[in-house]
Amino acid sequence: MTGEPGRGRWATVAIVGLIAATAFPFYWAIVSSFTPESRLFSAPRLFPDTLVLDHYRALFTEREFWVPIRNSLVVAGTTTAFCVAVGALCAYALARLRFRGKAPLLALILAVSMFPQISVVSPLYLLLRALRLINTYPGLILPYLTFAMPLTVWLLVGIFRQLPAELEEAAMVDGASRLRTFLEVVIPLALPGLATTAILTFVYSWNEFLFALSFTLGPERQTVPVAIALLRGQYQVPWGQILAGSIIATAPVALLVLAFQRRIVQGLTAGAVKG
Amino acid sequence: MRGRPLPRGDPGYGVERREARLAWWLVSPALAAIVLVALFPLVWTVWESLHLHDLRMPWLGQPFIGLGNYLEAVGDERFRAAMGHTLFFAVVSVTLELALGTMLALAMNRAFRGRGLMRASVLVPWAMPTVVSGLLWKFMFDGDAGIANAALVKVGVLDQPLVWFIRTGFAWVPVILADVWKTTPFVALLLLAGLQNIDASLYEAARIDGASAWRQFRFVTLPLLRPAILVALIFRTLDAFRVFDLIYVMTGGGPGTSTEPIALYTFNSLLQYLRFGYGSALSVIVFVVTFALALVYIRYLGAGLTETKA
Repeated sequence: MTGEPGRGRWATVAIVGLIAATAFPFYWAIVSSFTPESRLFSAPRLFPDTLVLDHYRALFTEREFWVPIRNSLVVAGTTTAFCVAVGALCAYALARLRFRGKAPLLALILAVSMFPQISVVSPLYLLLRALRLINTYPGLILPYLTFAMPLTVWLLVGIFRQLPAELEEAAMVDGASRLRTFLEVVIPLALPGLATTAILTFVYSWNEFLFALSFTLGPERQTVPVAIALLRGQYQVPWGQILAGSIIATAPVALLVLAFQRRIVQGLTAGAVKG
Repeated sequence: MRGRPLPRGDPGYGVERREARLAWWLVSPALAAIVLVALFPLVWTVWESLHLHDLRMPWLGQPFIGLGNYLEAVGDERFRAAMGHTLFFAVVSVTLELALGTMLALAMNRAFRGRGLMRASVLVPWAMPTVVSGLLWKFMFDGDAGIANAALVKVGVLDQPLVWFIRTGFAWVPVILADVWKTTPFVALLLLAGLQNIDASLYEAARIDGASAWRQFRFVTLPLLRPAILVALIFRTLDAFRVFDLIYVMTGGGPGTSTEPIALYTFNSLLQYLRFGYGSALSVIVFVVTFALALVYIRYLGAGLTETKA
């Protein structure tokens, strides 16, 4: 392909276009989140002359934005820890052990991962209400398992399958039990994969909106996406604060994903995909 | 799967039984969670959908009304409109995303420089909350002097600023743009993985046979890319069909209910009007349609899916 420089040109144009088109809304949101409210909608300027921290300050002093941040961290963190721990056991059995019913189980897990979330909102609401779990952390973590658990198991099955089986077999020939082999040989080998899975599960849980909107009642337990979606001003849309909140909501997942980008791309395209 | 279970008399039988028992122990916690929070609620939804259950009118109780809720849905103008909006959104956004995504993937496959930057610009929109991407695009299209209006007036596409979110029909533009912006890069990433699996010698052979670039694309790239396109198509359509976050924050289904998708109408029936029986019937319909879509795709667009999954 190096012999045809002319044909590579459109590719470069397309790539530059992609990067520009992706980056511009971010740039604009960041710039606007530092622009005084009064100037947000008066003749937008690509390169602003005054930048202020007002919106970020207001978010934390007037809106107590640390509450949704804490809620999101607790809910997404707990969901991730639980799913990776429990999902790893399940995924290892599905990847390596022989037992009847394995194929239907895998199919079930794949099917559940495709569930439209809306189709379980009504029973989950009634269930959580009966258990008095509406507007609590468990009342969010439990529903989050519907998408996080199948996702984790599905990703981890792929990861465990890719590990070389010889090391496990050697350990078992040496007399280690399956369980010990799993804990002492497989887990250390699979650590990078486990980390990738944890990040993806965290990202999905952090971003989740429908359940968090349905099963919380007030700001005490709202997660970050719900909090920014429901930010209201007295007379007008508080765009400055909404954008500042959006930047804060995006920063952790963006940083995580960028830090582990190579592995995440592999994990996502290696078969288990959830757009 | 590594072959069938051994017969009872076989010396390996005990070992195998122990392995199977361990397997079920390992699987059971995750399975229990899935049954508790996904399967059991799903059955409950179906049960609810056969009852009249209105939380605003508890004195009515929960009488069994058979398919009453479904019959109501069939005659419900707003339900049919919501299905129409969902279909419209899914077809337009997924078509754009696949077309643009294929082009981008071809470009990315050729690019040698800037791979890191490329990957970053693919991953960040995908990883950010959908709520945020919706709000960013809403902001850009909001008001008379939003950046979109300013730019379009300056370029001459518009004579005067347009109030995108108040005029029926126009509100779809920012909504679909936001969806395309967020997911096209990811589609491209999936297709890129498919492209990289294509043996380069096939192009070599095609070139020797004198095939033009278009014919190479049509007869080599496209057929071999089919499994990857299928995966992207399935996941994007299923996602588009249950669209909620984006429209909730951008238009709230408005103006009026002109952009209300089925997931939002279901949500409103449940948590705004508190009609749990009817809302559950809508939920079941969404579920059935989603499942049918997945099955149809897998059936008609190729058995290749299971192979790429393995």
